Amino acid sequence: MTTTYVQAAADALARAMRADPRVVALGEDLGRGGIFGQYRGLAAEFGAERVIDTPISEATIMGAAVGMALTGLRPVVEMRVVDFALCAIDEIVNQAAKNRFMFGGQGRVPLVARMPSGIWTASAAQHSQSLEAWFAHIPGLVVVAPATPQDNASLLRASIDCGDPVIYLEHKELWGESGEVDPGAPGELGRACIRRTGNDVTLVAWSKAVHWSLAAAAQAAQRGIDVEVIDLCTLWPWDRDTVLASAARTKRLLVVHEAVEVAGFGAEIAATVAEMLGVRVARLGAPRIPVGYAAALEAEARLTPGAILRKLELLTDRARPAMSGKP
Amino acid sequence: MGVATGNGAERLVALYRTMVRIRAFEDAAEEASRGGVAVLGQQLDATPAHVRGPLHLSTGQEAVAAGVCANLERADYLTSTHRGHGHTIAKGGDLARMMLELYGRDGGLCGGRGGSMHIADFGVGMLGANGVVAAGLPIAVGAAHSIRIRGAREIVACFFGDGAINRGPFGESLNWAQVWKLPVLFVCEDNRWSATTATGPLTAGEGAAARARAYGIHSVAVDGNDVEAVDGTAASLVADIRAGAGPRLLHAVTYRVKGHVSVDPATYRDPVAHQAALADDPLARARARLAELGVAVETLEAFARDARAEIAAATAAAAAARPPPAERAFTEVQDCGAGRWRS
Repeated sequence: MTTTYVQAAADALARAMRADPRVVALGEDLGRGGIFGQYRGLAAEFGAERVIDTPISEATIMGAAVGMALTGLRPVVEMRVVDFALCAIDEIVNQAAKNRFMFGGQGRVPLVARMPSGIWTASAAQHSQSLEAWFAHIPGLVVVAPATPQDNASLLRASIDCGDPVIYLEHKELWGESGEVDPGAPGELGRACIRRTGNDVTLVAWSKAVHWSLAAAAQAAQRGIDVEVIDLCTLWPWDRDTVLASAARTKRLLVVHEAVEVAGFGAEIAATVAEMLGVRVARLGAPRIPVGYAAALEAEARLTPGAILRKLELLTDRARPAMSGKP
Repeated sequence: MGVATGNGAERLVALYRTMVRIRAFEDAAEEASRGGVAVLGQQLDATPAHVRGPLHLSTGQEAVAAGVCANLERADYLTSTHRGHGHTIAKGGDLARMMLELYGRDGGLCGGRGGSMHIADFGVGMLGANGVVAAGLPIAVGAAHSIRIRGAREIVACFFGDGAINRGPFGESLNWAQVWKLPVLFVCEDNRWSATTATGPLTAGEGAAARARAYGIHSVAVDGNDVEAVDGTAASLVADIRAGAGPRLLHAVTYRVKGHVSVDPATYRDPVAHQAALADDPLARARARLAELGVAVETLEAFARDARAEIAAATAAAAAARPPPAERAFTEVQDCGAGRWRS
């Protein structure tokens, strides 16, 4: 069936809640369906006891979810936007991620923390960040970033079933993305998806950057550059086998992400590929600036297919001489 | 140990035994943390300490742990603080395995992964000490919310210190618990010190109980060095909670006899006030009360001997135990994405 990224997630959560009474959802504004509609219809079906409208208390939303997870529930936590998850960073990093290890495996924390990520048009600096690298850095966490409606169904279900804390990064501007979804298709955490095959460059991306990358790859093909686009899907654990196998064949790697390039997760992938294969690597992320409000400022923080194409041309030595004196 | 039975002398005897076991444990842990102390990189003592790292002792605060936990069932949950040995013992946790954990040995409650600051004994509902002030409150509230959703009957005792009431999760969690009328007993174990700074001058208003009342939570302040008062007040609050009345808060004022950590001489305290506070020892007060009730001194001395013997056996076993295998540094991190992950 054809459905949207937002509806695919709502349907997947509803299926999980029907299948398992331990699955509950909690967060702000969930009763009316969540601010993006990603919980639409759930309160009516499952009641306020399992679809919990919480106060604006991010630390306690996340901490309570840890307490719920330790005592037999499988909470799905809504942080509204990833930017607000920073109000719950102790609960994520010091509590959810550490509990199983530091208490010697006495308990487990099977929770999914949904925190919509990325630039949200005209929403400026505190509602537009991409912070996946923060979470990928923390042992104990799984980090997932679905790019398609199908993945937002199957990876959300896989995350609920995971058994350890999962940071689940939907993109704020993919909700309306439409696609074919098989509700029963299983998702596998840690497995990348090759969205386009090619022989000249391996391009690794995730979330909305996958869509820009596919657009750039189509343009590159017209210039004779054959790009393989890998959607990482899961950032931790990331699918090294798929990426290394592709880069070993193409001998070139470009990692593209919406997050700030400096210390972004692309650096981890590029460094790993360079260390293990010795091939040419490059990264493309945002400049190290907060996202501005005015369209002209916001645009400076955005990735574009054009920018990706230029990077592909540089990496394959097809770049035409620059017209200006700028580097 | 779980539920103390009986009234009058019998109940107080049980409370006293719990306090004596906690005191003996803390004394032994303190002793085991000596030696191997380094200041500014200089080793002050060549003897390696058995207990490494920060050791937060609850010496002098035993009446709060004993009095509250005497009103809990084994299945009830408890969240603790960084000063959590007493809570663990009073909840019925495994004392010998806690000592193994402090020593960083195989067989410790957390397999050597946690140490003193991360003591937990899930087997008796003790969901963990916590290295972060006020971090236990949201977890306690979530456990209570889970009890409600699952239709279970347990309650949650949530211990925190006087410093914790100045962190955001305190307000968030009290609000949350009262909104859903959750079965939580909040226990502010007020030892008057926020690490190495007095809490009073840094706290506006009338403190934990007053703040709880602002959320509509019934709260009671009690002399936290009077184990009978703690026990009696906790009994009444726990009865309310079990009857479905929602959260309650107990503000127990006690005194931290030792420094913030075992190697902190706490020279920042006023010596006169400190001596006065030391004179108000909860164990001594319980002994005096037991004498009034006709319990023989020999009986009380026997309890102390038993506790010392139990602790001596625990420390001897801990000293003789193996360290955890190094491989354990890599396990119980996560299933998906586990491993060393190096290039």
